[in-house]
This record gives sequence, C-alpha cells and structure tokens, in this order.
Amino acid sequence: MLLEIKGLDVDFPTRRGTVKAARAVSLTVEPGEVLGLVGESGAGKSTIGNAIMGLLEKPGRVTAGEIVFQGQDIRGLPEDQMKKIRGDKIGMIFQDPQTSLNPLLTIGEQLVETIQKSLGLREKEAEVRAVELLESVGITHAQTRLKAYPHQFSGGMRQRVVIALALAGDPDLIIADEPTTALDVSIQAQILDLIKGLCRSRNLGVIIVTHDIGVIANIADRVAVMFRGEVVETGTVGQVLGAPKHEYTKSLIAAVPRADRKLDRFTSVDYIEGGAKPFQRIDVQTHWLGQAQDLKSPEGTAINVRNLELGFTLKKAIRRKNRVILKAVDDVSFDIREGETFGLVGESGSGKSTVARCIVRLYAPDGGVIRVMGRDLLTDPRAPETRAAKRSLQMIFQDPYSSLNGRMRVMDIVAEPMRSFGLTSGERETRKIVGDLLDHVGLGAEVALRYPHEFSGGQRQRISIARALASRPRILICDEPTSALDVSVQATILNLLKDLQDELGLTMLFISHDLPVIRQMCDRIAVMKDGRICEVSENEALFSNPSHPYTKHLLDLMPRMDLLQPAVA
Amino acid sequence: MTEHTEDVSGKPPSLWARILDSDITYSFLRTPSAIIAAAITLLAVGAALLAPWIAPFNPFDPSQISLWDGKLPPAWAEGGQPQYLLGTDNQGRDMLSTILYGGRLSIIVGIAAVCLGMVLGVTLGVISGYFGGMVDAVIMRFADVQLTIPGILLAILINGIGRAALPLEFREEFAIYVVIVAIGLTDWPQFARVTRGATLVEVNKEYVQAARVIDLPGWLIMTRHILPNVMRPVLVLATIGLALAIIAEATLSFLGQGIPPTTPSLGTLIRVGNEFLFSGLWWITFFPAIALVVLVFAVNLLGDWMRDALNPKLR
Repeated sequence: MLLEIKGLDVDFPTRRGTVKAARAVSLTVEPGEVLGLVGESGAGKSTIGNAIMGLLEKPGRVTAGEIVFQGQDIRGLPEDQMKKIRGDKIGMIFQDPQTSLNPLLTIGEQLVETIQKSLGLREKEAEVRAVELLESVGITHAQTRLKAYPHQFSGGMRQRVVIALALAGDPDLIIADEPTTALDVSIQAQILDLIKGLCRSRNLGVIIVTHDIGVIANIADRVAVMFRGEVVETGTVGQVLGAPKHEYTKSLIAAVPRADRKLDRFTSVDYIEGGAKPFQRIDVQTHWLGQAQDLKSPEGTAINVRNLELGFTLKKAIRRKNRVILKAVDDVSFDIREGETFGLVGESGSGKSTVARCIVRLYAPDGGVIRVMGRDLLTDPRAPETRAAKRSLQMIFQDPYSSLNGRMRVMDIVAEPMRSFGLTSGERETRKIVGDLLDHVGLGAEVALRYPHEFSGGQRQRISIARALASRPRILICDEPTSALDVSVQATILNLLKDLQDELGLTMLFISHDLPVIRQMCDRIAVMKDGRICEVSENEALFSNPSHPYTKHLLDLMPRMDLLQPAVA
Repeated sequence: MTEHTEDVSGKPPSLWARILDSDITYSFLRTPSAIIAAAITLLAVGAALLAPWIAPFNPFDPSQISLWDGKLPPAWAEGGQPQYLLGTDNQGRDMLSTILYGGRLSIIVGIAAVCLGMVLGVTLGVISGYFGGMVDAVIMRFADVQLTIPGILLAILINGIGRAALPLEFREEFAIYVVIVAIGLTDWPQFARVTRGATLVEVNKEYVQAARVIDLPGWLIMTRHILPNVMRPVLVLATIGLALAIIAEATLSFLGQGIPPTTPSLGTLIRVGNEFLFSGLWWITFFPAIALVVLVFAVNLLGDWMRDALNPKLR
C-alpha cells in the first residue's frame, strides 16, 4: 500500500461558519495504479490533494484522520520534512501549465534546479537526467529544448514539461489536479496517455483529480466519487461508471452528455439540483412571451450567413505588407432554418465564437453579408424593421460570473431588454413579467430583488436565460452556455433550453467545443477549423458517417464512454 | 473551490443590513489601524466643520482680537493664559480657533479639489477606455504630457493664471475657488488612468457585450454598466488623493500662492508661523503643522486600508 487515507476531516473556518471541505474521507492508492477522484465544484476533491501535500490554503486545516504514506503518517509533519517529501516522494501536476512554470527561466534551468535539489546530483549529471526526463514525457530534441523558455512551447508541450518537473525527484506518488482541463481535446488525449504510461512503466501511484467523467473513463483504474466533502462511492472504473450504486453517482452519470445517441432530455438529474422548480409550460397563445410570433422570416431561414470574413490585426504597421493579420473567419456561409438548433463545433481558436459575435454585431465583419430574419442589420440600423430583427436576436454567454452586472439587481438585469426595446406598457407590467420569467426559468419571482453574487453558476445562467427571453427573441445564440458549469448543472440548463425551444419555437445557434453536448442539442451541425467550415451535416449523419477527415479526427478524440451504463431511452 | 450558495428564498436584506454584513465592514472592524484612522479623520472633519460652534474665539472677528494678547505661549508654558489653550499668533488670534477654522478650509478645499479631479478624470477615463482608438490616444497623451510636469508646479501655474485673470477686488474673495480648480486640474490624470485601466477590463466582460446585443446606446452602457463597476479603485485613489490635495493646498498656501492670511488655512498658518520660528515663538507654526500631519496621516492610513480591503487579489 502506497498511500492510505483514513477518516480525513478538513475544515475551513470562515466568518460565516465552518465549511466542512472533507468529511471522513478514506482512500487507498497502490503503486502502479491510477485513482480517479471525481466530483463537482465544491465537492472537496482538490482539498484532498492539497491535504496530502500539506498545501492546504489558509485557514483550512486537517482536524481528524491519518494520511499514511509508505507506512508513515505524514499528517502534521513539520514543514521542512514535508518539503522533502513533496520534492522527492510526491509530485504534483497542476491545472494550468501557463502558471506552473516560471516564465523567466528556461525549461532546463527549472528542471536541473529541481533535480539537483531533490536528488543531490551535480549539474552535469542533473542535465543528463533532465534530458532523459523530457524524452520520457515525449518531448523530442530534448537537448536543444533545454534552452527554451516556457512561452516557446505550446500548451500541451508545457503540460509535458510540468509532468517532467513532477517526475524530477523520482517520486512514488503523483497527484494531478485537473491536468487536462485547460487543454484542447486532441491534446487532452495525449497527456492522459502519457500519465497512464508513466504510471505503468515507473510503477507510480497516481491520483487524478477531475470533474470530467470522460477523463476518468479513459485513465483511471479505480474511482472515488466525492459529493459535498464525502466519498460516496469507491470502486473499479467499470463498476462505478457502469453500475453505480449511490444515487448521486447515478444522477451524475445520467447527466453526462453521451455521443452514442441523441436523447430527448437528460434523465434523473434532480438529486443534485433539487432546488430548481420543475418546468411549467405556459400557454403560448396568451402569454406575453408568445406575442412575438408575428415576426416571420422569408423562405423560413432565420439566419443567413454568406461569405463572412473577419481578420484580427496581430501586428500593426503603416505599410500594408508588414501587417500581420489573423483570419479568424474565412469565407463562412451557412443558413439556419427557422425553429432548428444549429450547432457550431470546433476547438479553441477555430473562430466559432467570432462568427456568433459577428451575427450579434459585437464585431463588424470585413466582408460578407449576415441576414437575420431576412434583414441585414448593418444597413439602415434605425429602421423599425431592423430594430425588430435585432430584438428577435438574443445571446447567452459562456461565463455566468461575468455576464451579469454585479452592481444591478436581478430585476433590473432581466428588465433591461424590455426597457431598451420598449416592450411593455409601463413599470408595473415590466415587474410582473420579470417575475413571470424568473418563475419560468425555475428560480421563482422572489429572487428579483437580489444581486447576482448571491447565486450559484447554474442559477446565474438561468438569470441570463430569463434576460435573453425578455426581449421576446425568435433566435437564441448560445455561446458555450454550459462549459463553465458542473455536469449536473449543465444537464439541467440544457434541459431548460430544450424545453424553452419546444415551447416557444425558438431557433438556436448552439456553439460548443464539446461534441457530446452538440450531439444532444443540435439538429444540424457545422464543424469549424481555422476559421473555415469543414462540413455541415445532419446530427445523425455527422456522428455515424463523418465525411471530412477533421471531423473523423475530432470524433476519434472524444473520450471513450462505452463503460457507462447503457442509456435509458 | 467551495462555492457558497446562499439561501435565495425569503426576503432580501435591506440596504443597511447588507452594509453591516458586507466583507468591507467585516474587514474594517478587524483592522485596528483603520478604525483609529477613521476615528481621527471623523474627529478632524467634525471639528473642522463645526468650528464656528466649538471654537472658543472667532479669529475672523476683529472685535474678539486684541493685539495686546499677541504672541502668547500655550497655556501650560510660562506666561501663557488659560483662555488661549495653544497660545496666540502675532496678531493675537487664538491658535486653537485659527487651527479649527484653518483645518475647515483645508478640508473643504481638499474635498472639493478631489471631487473636481475625480469627476473630470473618471469621465475622461471611461470615455477613453470605452471608445479606444483615436479618442483614447488623444486623451491619454494629454494625461501623459501633464504627468511629466510636477503636480505642484502645474498647480502654481494654473493658480497664478487664475489669480491674474481675476479683477483685483475679487482676488481674495475667489482665492479659494482658484486653488480648488488649480489642484483639481492637476489631479485628473491619475483618475483618468486608473479609470481607463479598469474600464478596459470591464468592456471585455460579457455583461457589457450583453448590453450591446440589446442595442443599448453607448452612454447608457458607460453610465449604467461600466461606471458602477470601476468605482472601487477610484474611491481608493480619491481617499489617498484627498491627503495629497490637502498637502497641495498647504504647499500652495505656504508658498504664499494659495489662501490669503486674512482667512488662513493650515498651510497659511504654517507659513505665517514660520517667520517667528527662530524668534522662539515655535507654537505659531508647530500646532498647525501637527494638525496637518495628523490629518494627512489618518486619511492616508484609511486609504491604505481601503486599497487592501477592496482589492480581492491582496486579500
């Protein structure tokens, strides 16, 4: 037994009472084994990793339990002994490779220094070892790369260097805290393979802390599921993901979007978000929200994009040929039919968000035409028809923490589009409708007088949705609306969006990097790469029979989910 | 990591309850230096504003001044008289009363000057950050140019021009407004810079984009959305700026460029007293100087605490 945690309690005393970040947590890790520690935000999974390392953030502290590492209880060891263990015996890999390397030192300097400190080698020997390490994490030309600075590496390469650093002291245990969350899918797969390979070849114990069931399915041997500071279920990865026992695990796995087939809704996610009220349909004919149906587009296309182009100037110069321009969107054309959900999928930097921002006029395109409900919004912007078309278009943003103005009450946030477009007869009606909308998105009218900081991420996204609905839109543009949210919250928000679309007959442009989410949400899907659209297909066709090689590549990189219990239709 | 989802059902707390419960209040009550600084500042401001009622004499009323009582030392020193606690100046005015009245002028000038600089700087800063491009370039280059000139020199210059532009008979009467404008105009680039920086951050946040999507006009986005969100660093700067403005006024007055001796401010008092320092009449300059130092120090401490408390990165 490499590591055994017995009955660990971690408390964070705050001014509003003690937060019990971990409660009676017991775990074991064997050499040569990957233990996945999975849970949603606030579950206490990172706390466990930090407690093992003795790196709990103040004022957090371990109040009970033992951490037995190689037969020695390391809980509460003095800092100088802990330092020794951290360097030599336990390595740590952090989430963000940007910040875990010192930008002012070369890779070589950082590696050699760490190796010298923990292994007591001379500089020449340490350098040889550094080269070996870099090669073992899959960095080619390691000898020359020693002299490179972190900014000369890509994100994935940097994470490899971080892993090499964690291995520098020849540790027996590696704790990886969300090691792939900041990386693109294609790189995520490589890094996970690397960690798993190192675990096997060096007989390391690995604890991988993540919120992502896909990561767990791909790398872990055993899984511990955490919920509100407690481990609710432990077992082999096949058992926990395939036949979960605890109610929480069941609902968590049901909330994971699957790529194998499209379901109508996500099932049984109510264990976690018990607070949200069930969706109540409204009578579209009589309700205020239904009164925008009059706006019809010619030929049934809600959005029509032709030859859209937009470049960002990376380097300004007076002479044209010296300028460096990045083509973020390059000759993009597509139509979105009325009432459908159109998916736009691609990796970061593919230009998918830029397209959305062009449609809602946050960016002015360099070329091409965008028609919303048959009207070009840039010509004749003051005309009443253009105003109506603008009103019919609303956007839901990615980050619920920055998309709501923290200085405004929920009431004013939601009412703003109504006031701006003059949609109500007066303040009384506005207030009534705000209450209605908040009720409709499952929050309840009584939250109107509160401020955004009092709400959780999922609740904030509901406020964003209520605000978007307040202009009585016909088209919703959702830019990664759930990628900042926990998976169970994501499921409830996606369900809400589906319900609203059904009820109001909305057209949606749904943008995401996450193929399974796209799979669950969209009717037709466009795949973007480097500012261009590779292919546009029907949902079913894209996943069963992709035509473009890049689409095939993306599909191959999707985390394997076949371990999950079969979907309940 | 640990997300607080507070119970959002039930009645929302009142404004007062929110203030009492806020992190700022919490931090304040646990920072002794902040409490002391706030107490001194409040005391000074209170004493200054209430000067006409609490001062033992009115130093501007010739009937209460007797030249016979001139240059008396503090009450506890040899030759001091009990009714003049801190002694009298060369014209026989009670030091304590003149300090109270002088502090009143200093504080009023300081607050007014900071408000002027703040309004000007914040307006230009938000405009600069929001529009960017040429507008930004022009405003910020102006600010840069002004920042290359030492503030006090510029204040003297503006003050001089202001005085020269006024007809002779109004000079004394309007001297205080000229000083306020002079200090306010030297202050604005700091505010503009800080506001512009904060605005650049806010403009890229999604709530501003959401406001653009609903076609909200630019001036509404600036006043309703950006302005309330950039005020934190501005308030910190304003507090520290208040201390600096008080010093600037004192400097101007000390150099004989500011408030005239007929209605002396702290700076004027120090200058007048300075002439008598070497003839052993130390109290005429010492007490106003101490009052100035304590006031500025307290305001500065308060500003320091505010910066720490309002900046989540330092917490």
